[in-house]
Amino acid sequence: MSDGIAYQTYSVRRVAAMVLRYWYLLRQSWPRLLDLIYWPAVQMLMWGFLALYITEESNFAIRVGGVFIGAMLLWDILFRGQLGFSISFLEEMWSRNLGNLMMTPLRPAEFVAALMVMSVIRLLIGLIPVTGLAILFFGFNLWGLGFAVGAFFANLIITSWSFGLIASGLVLKKGLGAESLAWSMTFVLLPLACVYYPVSVLPDWLQWIALSLPPTHVFEGLRALLLENRFDGTAMLTALGLNLIYFFAASMVFAWLLRSARWTGALMQTGE
Amino acid sequence: MRVKSAAIVVSNLAKTYRDVKAVDGINFSVDRGQIVGLLGGNGAGKTTTIAMIMGLVTPSGGSARVLGADMARERHAVLHRINFESPYVEMPMRLTVRQNLKVFGMLYGVTDLASRIEEIAETLDLTKLLDRQSGKLSSGQKTRVALAKSLINRPDVLLLDEPTASLDPDTADWVRSRLESYRRDRHAAILLASHNMPEVERLCDDVLMMKAGKIVDQGTPTELIARYGRETMEDVFLDVARGRRSGERETTE
Repeated sequence: MSDGIAYQTYSVRRVAAMVLRYWYLLRQSWPRLLDLIYWPAVQMLMWGFLALYITEESNFAIRVGGVFIGAMLLWDILFRGQLGFSISFLEEMWSRNLGNLMMTPLRPAEFVAALMVMSVIRLLIGLIPVTGLAILFFGFNLWGLGFAVGAFFANLIITSWSFGLIASGLVLKKGLGAESLAWSMTFVLLPLACVYYPVSVLPDWLQWIALSLPPTHVFEGLRALLLENRFDGTAMLTALGLNLIYFFAASMVFAWLLRSARWTGALMQTGE
Repeated sequence: MRVKSAAIVVSNLAKTYRDVKAVDGINFSVDRGQIVGLLGGNGAGKTTTIAMIMGLVTPSGGSARVLGADMARERHAVLHRINFESPYVEMPMRLTVRQNLKVFGMLYGVTDLASRIEEIAETLDLTKLLDRQSGKLSSGQKTRVALAKSLINRPDVLLLDEPTASLDPDTADWVRSRLESYRRDRHAAILLASHNMPEVERLCDDVLMMKAGKIVDQGTPTELIARYGRETMEDVFLDVARGRRSGERETTE
């Protein structure tokens, strides 16, 4: 063994090294920081004012108004969580640093753990000020939902990591030509996970697909909480169970795509 | 006296991309304390060979063992004792030199990292550059930073891909001196891919000549120059690249 070098099978220090690398990058670029807040704030204001307009039209809509803002904020956890994961990965592709990293002792599981930590950090940088704006402009307090917020957040962030793993794996295998998938992949969930409407409005056959997706149970749970004052623990456990299956499957796909990239030499050519 | 032992052992190593044989069943070894040159024209298979030795590419056949570990299967057991440098693989540009060295030092598990960064910065004359962004350095400075990164973990095995490309002669000479002293002090094994023949003559104990994925000749620079009846390694390189065998001179000169 070399002087002053510690060999470990799984190293929290290597995860910390990668988090530090992304933190340095984020800290040194104000446009990157601004971007984390800009779109969530614009979206929240747009949905908030739309909800205000609708609530002026009917009594039912008064109750639904908060659901719109809540759904938008939870959708942002899902979307921004995946983006936070994938963009940290893309930073390595853009700077052509992936080859450098893959020749260090960094293990794929450590790399993925660092991407997961960064997705939470990036998400919170955007989410905390935007939830503040929601209170200020519309009197909607996401944090006031208490324990349920934690359950919603945990389930949505795990789904976002599963999608981030698949998107990053595809970019790894196919190069930056697949980059647009990293930006758009999660949008398939927008209609299917019933973000802004209940599952019951879907045709029967589509309901089965919707219910096989973890976020559907979270958004149904949000509506149950805001419209019926009821925390649906079963829905959260169903979402968690589905999430574990999806995350395991996504990890297998990522590992397979990484093996395949090593086989085809894609790690040497991380451009287009 | 140090015992001679192989740090890199390459056996029947092959890589085929679809129907193209990038590396075609090569064999060689690099001992501790030895600098071996890997020479060949563009597309000869040098980069793919180095990538397989680093575990970045999975071989189609054969094996590359570094410090006893099969790099296709057991690379994580030895990656902390290996490092790599190439001017074509840049360090993240927005990070300062110190930040980059800190991140890579942590990845390699270097203990007492702050002092190691100071020490290596002093050795490679980087102290004044430590807090500057890596992307804003000149190419000579970037090469020194890349060299610092490649030595941060005091590797026992160092792989270098054209380490002095795009450097002025003075800086290139300076880098070669540093590599020579590192090899001597650390008794490290160094595999060097280069197109710079004076560099190969100066640094390498042994030279592997590659063409179309195969090793077509091997020997010390002196042996190869004598074998081809030439005066410099540059002439030998041209003979190999143009398909002339040892001892066979052009008659139309």
